[in-house]
Amino acid sequence: MSETIQAADLTRDIPAEIREPFGAYLLYLGDDALVLGHRLSEWCGHGPTLEEDIALANIALDLVGRSDALLRVAAQLEGKGRSEDDLAFFRDATEFRNAALVELPRGDFAFTIVRQFLYDAYALPLYTHIAANATGALSGIAAKAVKETTYHLRHTAEWVRRFGGGTAESKRRAQDALDELWRYTGELFDEDAVTVALAGAQWIPNPSVLRAAWSETVERVLDEADLAAPAVKHHFTGARSGRHTEHLGHLLSEMQIVARSHPGASW
Amino acid sequence: MTDTVLYEVFLQLKQGGAHEHAGSVRATDDEMALQNARDVYARRFHPLSIWVVRSENITGSAPGDTGPFFDPGDDKPYRHPSFYTVPRGVRDV
Repeated sequence: MSETIQAADLTRDIPAEIREPFGAYLLYLGDDALVLGHRLSEWCGHGPTLEEDIALANIALDLVGRSDALLRVAAQLEGKGRSEDDLAFFRDATEFRNAALVELPRGDFAFTIVRQFLYDAYALPLYTHIAANATGALSGIAAKAVKETTYHLRHTAEWVRRFGGGTAESKRRAQDALDELWRYTGELFDEDAVTVALAGAQWIPNPSVLRAAWSETVERVLDEADLAAPAVKHHFTGARSGRHTEHLGHLLSEMQIVARSHPGASW
Repeated sequence: MTDTVLYEVFLQLKQGGAHEHAGSVRATDDEMALQNARDVYARRFHPLSIWVVRSENITGSAPGDTGPFFDPGDDKPYRHPSFYTVPRGVRDV
């Protein structure tokens, strides 16, 4: 096991001075992708049409694949002999570092799409920056994420416009989703010791720059959809340091039960 | 989503190759049809290009047309362009 890991050291290009914050940040990225991918996978077999069912499953697979790659690097950086699967299936809720936005129950189709849209508008400029500024394995993972997310955003933005320009009910449901989700978006741009250190080293965008890029995309699409960005005074925060909503534990109990019931199983 | 219409999907799998029929999807308009075609057919086949066209815009021959339409012209050898050689390296003609 340790020989395999040494054979492909994915962390060798990460400068010594940012290895610690980057290890923490990889859990932000990897857990966002894993938890959101799992939420999307809940639609499998329940999508509104056969085509959209496949589209959601495709996006879910992209996200789970992304988390697999990111958590593999995170596990190597951690250096405790854990694998990406250990991180995904044997951590408890308080050890997850995803933003609360991605753990909220999937809701109706409008809620799922609006949430995915808000995430995609964040992920695209984020991974674009990482692809251009990070080195080694991270740059490659980010470049793949950019390619995938470019399509995800095209798909979800198209749906947001359809909701807004569709029926009174589709518009109401999209606006309800926005009103509910908006207070969870601020956390994506929170500054903490990890993001400040990495932004200082240019590996990730400055949170305020990232927020500006996100706002530009979101405002443009909401404007086209004739939907309103809600005004929120206080945003939810704390999930990045392990203080999650009640929903993450339930999600993990379902996602982790097979791995925990049969530890070490393979197929 | 009851007002969807049927689209036929064509994939181009290699440079310079023909767009070949892959199947069909339902959608409300061209952009949704293109995205649905991408999600249903493109992930496994890696096409270079996708065409979608409303099924209603395709005119097809009728089953009864078989004889008059398709009987080969084997008795008319001048129809078969087999009297010249194709340069080596030329494919897909």
